Amino acid sequence: MNPRLKRFWSAQLALTPAWLIVIFAYIGTILWTVQISFTSSKVFPVSNYVGFAQYSRLFASDRWMISVNNLFIFGGLFIVGCLVIGFLLAVFLDQRIRAESMFRTIFLYPYALSFIVTGLVWQWTLNPTLGIQQTVRNWGFESFTFDWLTRGDRAIYVVALAGIWQSSGLVMAILLAGLRGVDGELWKAAKVDGIPTWRVYLHVVIPILAPMFVTATVLLATAVVKVYDLVVALTNGGPGISTEVPAKFVIEYLFQRQNLGLATAASTVMMITVLCVLAPWLYWQYFRQPRSAR
Amino acid sequence: MKHVSKALLGAAASLAILAGSAFAAEKAEVIHWWTSGGESAAVKVFADQFNAQGGEWVDAAIAGGEAARAAGINRIVGGNPPTAMQFNTGKQFEDLVAQGLLGSLDEVAAADGWAKFLSPVLVKAVSRDGHFYAVPVNIHSNNWLWYNADVLAKNGIEPPKTWDELFAALDKLKAAGVIPMAQSGDAWTQLLLFNDVVLGVGGRDLFLKIFQDNDMEAIKSPEFKKVAETFGKLREYGDAGQQGRQWNQATGLVIDGKAGFNFMGDWAKGEIIAAGLTPGKEVGCVPGLGNQVYWIGGDVFVFPKTDNADAQKAQKLLAHVMLEPDTQVAFNAKKGSVPVRADVDTSKLDVCAQEGLKLLAKPDGAVPGTDFLQTPDTLGSLQDAIGQFWTTPSQTPDELVAKVVSIWESK
Repeated sequence: MNPRLKRFWSAQLALTPAWLIVIFAYIGTILWTVQISFTSSKVFPVSNYVGFAQYSRLFASDRWMISVNNLFIFGGLFIVGCLVIGFLLAVFLDQRIRAESMFRTIFLYPYALSFIVTGLVWQWTLNPTLGIQQTVRNWGFESFTFDWLTRGDRAIYVVALAGIWQSSGLVMAILLAGLRGVDGELWKAAKVDGIPTWRVYLHVVIPILAPMFVTATVLLATAVVKVYDLVVALTNGGPGISTEVPAKFVIEYLFQRQNLGLATAASTVMMITVLCVLAPWLYWQYFRQPRSAR
Repeated sequence: MKHVSKALLGAAASLAILAGSAFAAEKAEVIHWWTSGGESAAVKVFADQFNAQGGEWVDAAIAGGEAARAAGINRIVGGNPPTAMQFNTGKQFEDLVAQGLLGSLDEVAAADGWAKFLSPVLVKAVSRDGHFYAVPVNIHSNNWLWYNADVLAKNGIEPPKTWDELFAALDKLKAAGVIPMAQSGDAWTQLLLFNDVVLGVGGRDLFLKIFQDNDMEAIKSPEFKKVAETFGKLREYGDAGQQGRQWNQATGLVIDGKAGFNFMGDWAKGEIIAAGLTPGKEVGCVPGLGNQVYWIGGDVFVFPKTDNADAQKAQKLLAHVMLEPDTQVAFNAKKGSVPVRADVDTSKLDVCAQEGLKLLAKPDGAVPGTDFLQTPDTLGSLQDAIGQFWTTPSQTPDELVAKVVSIWESK
């Protein structure tokens, strides 16, 4: 056998366990899930095929549409909010301030909490009869009102706020590491040219930090798709169903409402959505780059 | 020395095996979700009685009904079933029967004469195609109105007998600065309240037409619209702190005199007793306001099929023990529910339970709960619609009716 071929096959042999895991554990279960979504399965998977019936019920359901809508509102606010606040915190810490490590710890601390704890803390803080609203009223401002948590049209913003509070610290840590890597010579050059600091940040530093921003965005985006625990602890989907999210929809239809068919249809839609977002990035990452590198 | 100890160990082991086979206890692993104080005291009655009659109760308590059911179903499907597991009375275990995964209890039922002492509603709920598949252990009722007697007396309010009287009382409390109606933010409690209104304002017939017969005309009828309007009006009497409040905290507001009324099932008694009060005295009870109908809900145990002869024996013994008169009375007194047997001494139960039993004895005094009649899927969709309506003051009763129509049409 020619040595190159031999090397190829021995490599493949070594990879067999990985291949098996990928094929059966990932692709296999995905296909199985998609298959169930075309059946009328209730508690148990059955093979009574009903075509796209589960999908049409899914998109006719108020709860699913609200969930999807919330995912976009939450996702947009959460990612942008975390990036902006995280960046500002990083810049602030990068000014060679005193007790920097203390501030770094404080800002990163929320990230060490689980979403469940974050949710509960914010639930108590924003409960109109216990938290901020009541406290301010007790100070004498009787008409002060901050009851977003109990208003169906505002509660999702509270969820985003709690998420930003928790995850900004992570973005700060990533970007701070990036800022420390910016060459000091650049700053000196900018000073000589008399360029205002904010312009240096905007036009020089941020482009340099682009890979850091991409990393942070990917981390935040995965948190958005799988957001479940934060909502369960903070609002449990309420008031009414105004803060429901897709992951919660899937879990509830799987385990509580005993409708495997609808739950798998919902998770299939979630997967397709994620793939649609990922596909351009994968294309850019794996197909475009080698050509430009050549 | 080493050899001696080994020999001793061997002897001890063989003795143990001998002893084991001589007094083989019928081991029963039971999955249930009764983990709160009163609940675990109640389930201990079953365990003690079962152990006293030669069984060995292995407790597999899992907190939370959904978690416990998911765990049990997964074990049954995975081929390692528990000896017995709990469900709510109703449709939850229907698929297990359809898949042939549950053992039939006809033998025990015939020997103990279940048909003689169980209410027909329950017989229907635990049997499929004429075979028994579950043991009902208690009757819980959802449609109770609890009130703080002190708060009512202070504001010159008599305990209401009709919905009009209730609304008059709620208005008075609101004017007096008391929370008129304590309500939890959990959607299932909003659905419970809605069902109470369907039964109380709409009446027994309307309830059965909608939930049992799936009658679309009944949903579009003026009677149901009145139900939606009454339910909508109740939205004005909750307070701003509902969101995030659990059912027991809502009941607690009534117990502490911070709120006047609370609609909750009879498990609220557990909270009242735990606070050192007597149900029916400091905290009064009104079963089925308006139409005086008793809602039948509760818990059952099912026994998954098994080839193991010992396990089968344990299952039969357990099914027998759970329905023995003494066990039934002791268990239900602790649980706050009503015994499933009509032929036991109920004088030891509290005042509220006595009221409930009076209704149960009436020919048209009871309805099967919605869990008996509809799938968790349909009830879940209804819960979503109700929760949305309850928390969106701008939604009109007509919109709610339209939503319910579309849920029933898409079934």
